[in-house]
Amino acid sequence: MQMETKVHYQNFVNWAKDKPEVLVLSADLTGSTEIDLFRDTYPERFFSMGIAEQNMLSFAGGLAREGFVPFVHTFAVFIYRRAYDQIAMSVSYPNLPVKMFGFLPGITTPGGATHQAVEDISVLRSLPNITILECGDATDVESVAEVAYRTPGPVYVRMLRGEIPRLFSPRDPMRLGSNRIISRGDDIAILTSGICTEEALRVSHAVKKRGIGVTHIHVTTLKPFNDPEVLAAIRRARLGVITMENHSVIGGLGSSAAELMAKHGVGKRLLRIGLNDTYAHGASRRYLMKEYEIDAAALVRRVEELVQAELHITEAELAEVYLAPVHSAAREEAL
Amino acid sequence: MTVRGSDGDWQDEVRRVARGIRRRVLAHTVANSGGYLSQACSAAEILATLYIKSMNLAPVKTPILPGPFPGTPGPGNRRYTTGAAYNGEQGADFDRFILSPAQYALALYAALAEVGRLAPEGMQQFNQDGGIVEMIGAEHSPGMEVMTGSLGQGLSQAAGIAAARRLKGETGRVWVFMSDGEFQSGQNWEAVQAAAHHRLANLAVVVDVNGQQCDGEVGSVMTVEPLKKRLESFGARVCRLNGHNIEALAGAGSLRPQNRPLVILANTNPCQGLALLRARSPKLHYVRFGGEDERLAYREALKILEVPED
Repeated sequence: MQMETKVHYQNFVNWAKDKPEVLVLSADLTGSTEIDLFRDTYPERFFSMGIAEQNMLSFAGGLAREGFVPFVHTFAVFIYRRAYDQIAMSVSYPNLPVKMFGFLPGITTPGGATHQAVEDISVLRSLPNITILECGDATDVESVAEVAYRTPGPVYVRMLRGEIPRLFSPRDPMRLGSNRIISRGDDIAILTSGICTEEALRVSHAVKKRGIGVTHIHVTTLKPFNDPEVLAAIRRARLGVITMENHSVIGGLGSSAAELMAKHGVGKRLLRIGLNDTYAHGASRRYLMKEYEIDAAALVRRVEELVQAELHITEAELAEVYLAPVHSAAREEAL
Repeated sequence: MTVRGSDGDWQDEVRRVARGIRRRVLAHTVANSGGYLSQACSAAEILATLYIKSMNLAPVKTPILPGPFPGTPGPGNRRYTTGAAYNGEQGADFDRFILSPAQYALALYAALAEVGRLAPEGMQQFNQDGGIVEMIGAEHSPGMEVMTGSLGQGLSQAAGIAAARRLKGETGRVWVFMSDGEFQSGQNWEAVQAAAHHRLANLAVVVDVNGQQCDGEVGSVMTVEPLKKRLESFGARVCRLNGHNIEALAGAGSLRPQNRPLVILANTNPCQGLALLRARSPKLHYVRFGGEDERLAYREALKILEVPED
């Protein structure tokens, strides 16, 4: 597996080159959100807003009303917790094209409970007009700006920075409402988002080697949650469904899957992996994923629960990420 | 038809409009046994001066009769419009108006009716189900274009609009009407700070300093004074004047500070032009008549306002 570094830093500058209506707003986390090169390259399109997120979100709404497309950059947690009313009334109600790039979602930050966005999807999902996307690899990060830009109205993005794995081909960009199908099988459906996809890729190959059919989908569009492939995978899964997310089990991917299953009368087990109705604390990502049971080993236990058998998957097997040759339905058609 | 007085008679026109704002809001309050009355008394000269003298707005050909609620904005709503049309067609040279304290909507509707932008019969739709002439104005309400009912968001949105207009090279100003109690909200200070930092000289704020808020006198709820010093220290150009003195209001409105937002603190009397209201002090935020006697007393006061001054 290839690792990439500071993908957003240069990519966004290149992408925004011929888009004079694209502006960036930052709340004193400019380098921390890899948008400092944009600031230095297009200073007239960059607004430093200070540690004042409420004003930043309403200000962005004002800019968007006049035809600009503001890309708000800060940590995920500071966008929705500090400025929820402003997102609701200055951005989401008027359906304005404000693109909110939330960095360090969930336990990807060592900053502890104050810095960890663990219920952002839950609270933002209930706002009308808003689209929610989440990145899981370098290709997602490279292509999410275009998806957000092409999507009318407000968009909230769970963004990644720093060292990011390349799980999907750069020629296979993120697409709105069309999630990446990593594998197909009839026994279990595994829906993963964000950093959990890499984690699940450590598991799904080992599970398949034991004769268990797995449909694994990397969900990048969390709202709207209407990808027909997701429903098809859930229907097909003989033994049940597992969701895995870097977020509370309440209100995020797991809840969306539950709502979808209830709506369509798909009566089967749904096991949700995520923060189990708890805050976390300040520590490394790897430590927290193990501590709060959102790692590969936790997924193995949930799979064993569905198949009602021990799979004897070793830690050595989980150390490797198996990259599927087919990244998504789009790639499959191309082959 | 929009009346913008020529030199020499604009004062008469502003006074006529101010008197009309009080009369219309009082008439509404009498008819409905309640209303946001003190806001009209304190802000009548401010709104009248803005619409007649200070703001450069495109005219409205004929007074607009409000239509039904167009639904909330969203991808499926093609009928949706804001209430900006009542302030005339937008253009690079024209000013914009943002009402921050949305509970002043009734006073704004009265002002729009007086200056020929809102059909007077539209006032009867106030607070009626299915209409847009809402009690707490929303962005679809006449004369409004952003959501401001959650106090604190108006100035930030206006600052964003001002920054965008400067980027586009537009010369029109962005006017924000505010109330003093709103300065208890931290977001407004974030907004002043940002407007000063980004040198938004095209942003002009008029504050109705009537010393009143929902719980009573502002000073008893949460002190905001000294507002002038506070705002100046945040980087704004600030004038403090008598908010019932229309020459002073117009003079301050013509100031174009370089590199700074302008804030006009207009000291006002929440009972101006309606001494009867003083008896209800300090609870003036929303007037609901205690009984028929009080209603009759206000009806008598209305009769006086209904007699033309000249």
